[in-house]
Amino acid sequence: MSTDSPRVPRLRKPKLSPTYYWMVLPALALFLVFHTVPVVQGIYYSFTDSPGYGPSNFVGLRNYAALFSDPRVIHAYWFTFLIAIVATVVTNVIALAIAIGLNSRIKFKNGLRGIYFIPNVLAVLVVGYIFNYLFSNSLPALAAKLDIGWLENSLLGQAKTAWIAIVILAVWQSAAFNIILYLAGLQTVEPEVYEASALDGASAWRTFRSITFPLIAGFFTINMVLSLKGYLQIFDHIVALTGGGPGTDTESIALLIYKGGFQGGEYGYQSANSVIFFIVIVTMSMVQLNVLRRREVSES
Amino acid sequence: MTTAAAPPRTSGPARRPATAPKHRPKVNWWLTALLMVLSLTILVPLYFAVVTALKTTAELGGTGFGLPSSLQWSNFKDAWELTNFPRAALNSALITVGAVVVTLLTNSMVAYAIARNMDRKFFKGLYFYFVSALFVPFPIIMLPVAKQTALLHLDNRAGLILLYVVYGLAFNIFIYTAYINSIPRSLEEAAQIDGASTWTVFWKVIFPLLGPMNATVGILTCLWAWNDFLLPLVILSDPNSATLPLVQYVFQSQFSQNYPAAFASYLMAMAPMFIVYIFAQRWVISGVVRGAVK
Repeated sequence: MSTDSPRVPRLRKPKLSPTYYWMVLPALALFLVFHTVPVVQGIYYSFTDSPGYGPSNFVGLRNYAALFSDPRVIHAYWFTFLIAIVATVVTNVIALAIAIGLNSRIKFKNGLRGIYFIPNVLAVLVVGYIFNYLFSNSLPALAAKLDIGWLENSLLGQAKTAWIAIVILAVWQSAAFNIILYLAGLQTVEPEVYEASALDGASAWRTFRSITFPLIAGFFTINMVLSLKGYLQIFDHIVALTGGGPGTDTESIALLIYKGGFQGGEYGYQSANSVIFFIVIVTMSMVQLNVLRRREVSES
Repeated sequence: MTTAAAPPRTSGPARRPATAPKHRPKVNWWLTALLMVLSLTILVPLYFAVVTALKTTAELGGTGFGLPSSLQWSNFKDAWELTNFPRAALNSALITVGAVVVTLLTNSMVAYAIARNMDRKFFKGLYFYFVSALFVPFPIIMLPVAKQTALLHLDNRAGLILLYVVYGLAFNIFIYTAYINSIPRSLEEAAQIDGASTWTVFWKVIFPLLGPMNATVGILTCLWAWNDFLLPLVILSDPNSATLPLVQYVFQSQFSQNYPAAFASYLMAMAPMFIVYIFAQRWVISGVVRGAVK
């Protein structure tokens, strides 16, 4: 946008080659059909009692009213938020720490970076099945050997502990991406800045607080927003570890929409849930973006 | 920007000419050791998967970290036959390659038309229309989409490719247009004066210049399509067209009688992308960074 600043005032735009329109129209049509139409359909179904097939009736806002008093739905939101918030914080703390380590004067830098990035190229579901076995067999066996009583039962057996296992898998899999992003951010900081800080006798922590972090605040914002948005949609992790069980105790919002909508005959009802979910995600992303951007400005 | 500056610094001191007489702090061996120990958190689960896949069922139990007494390669054969691995791998490969190729050819073209006409209301509106879809997570539209694709007889591999291409538009247009804006228009104008059509200009002049962005979009689409579980789960109706992750899900109940075969199956499902990653590591990482930093 800045490239055409000395804008010449044109009286009339030259006629545009129709090729440009042909380049975008098919994409526009497909996008309309496979993205926008489903959004509109979803909103429409949210006002009906459709089970997903056959005839349905218009029920007004009844689905929405019912959502707010449905313990299964409320629990799914609570559980999803718990995981999303904890996982976002843990992922970013760990990723930032490892990125700083990888950016220091260490040996085998490329090899280590390569190892830390591995989880990003593996399917969450498949990794999740491996972790499922680790959590339900290996960890209890290890705990029994070391005599750690509370770990002798599988973490996955109850919601009270299963969320920890889900967070561990989530962090294991997605920290890779955040590490690489923070590393890219850290490499934009000139080494002279650190040298100056060292000459002034600043401690490592002080250097990080006052120099490194403000300089990569933009990367922190991107990482936090992407992490939270991703974790709010958590699905594969839970399918692989608990399948939502025991009962419906570890269902996330996405899993609830899937199960209720496709298998539970709650097509209309879960469509209403999707609409609420959409509003929640957009609101949270916006709020988060605003808060972090403001901090970015005030700190730099 | 950042990636362009990165390689010389990450390539280590060996490549740095000795002309820099600046005092160089010594290698921090403690930190190196710490990072190596921490990297075990990544490697141990993978090690665990490998040793489990090579054991007999009788050898399971305990913590399971021990080595197998003899290597049971037959587990891989069992998993291969049980899940019909070649078919699932072929499905995954077809869908991934299809999604990558079609995405590269179409999304770049759409982004070009938009980027070069941002001063026109129609194209500017189109840009915001596509990019705003970044705020619509898939779980929100999955119920209607599944119904619609079934209705249109697109509940198959071709339909899945189409959806990856269409849903990729939002993010890809975002990063392609930013990149195309940095390409000077003079190149195209020169070609146009020589009588080249808009079409020719794009394919002959612009597309070849999009190399780095094509790499990024290609890598991200490839990782997405290969590892995705939710979209194949709700779209594909024929079990014969199931992708690798979907197959692991479908066979879960049968796997629970034979964990070594299950782990062999997991390893085979992860192997292709893992091998690609090992050989193209730097390329993959820089591609992913370029996509995220834009």
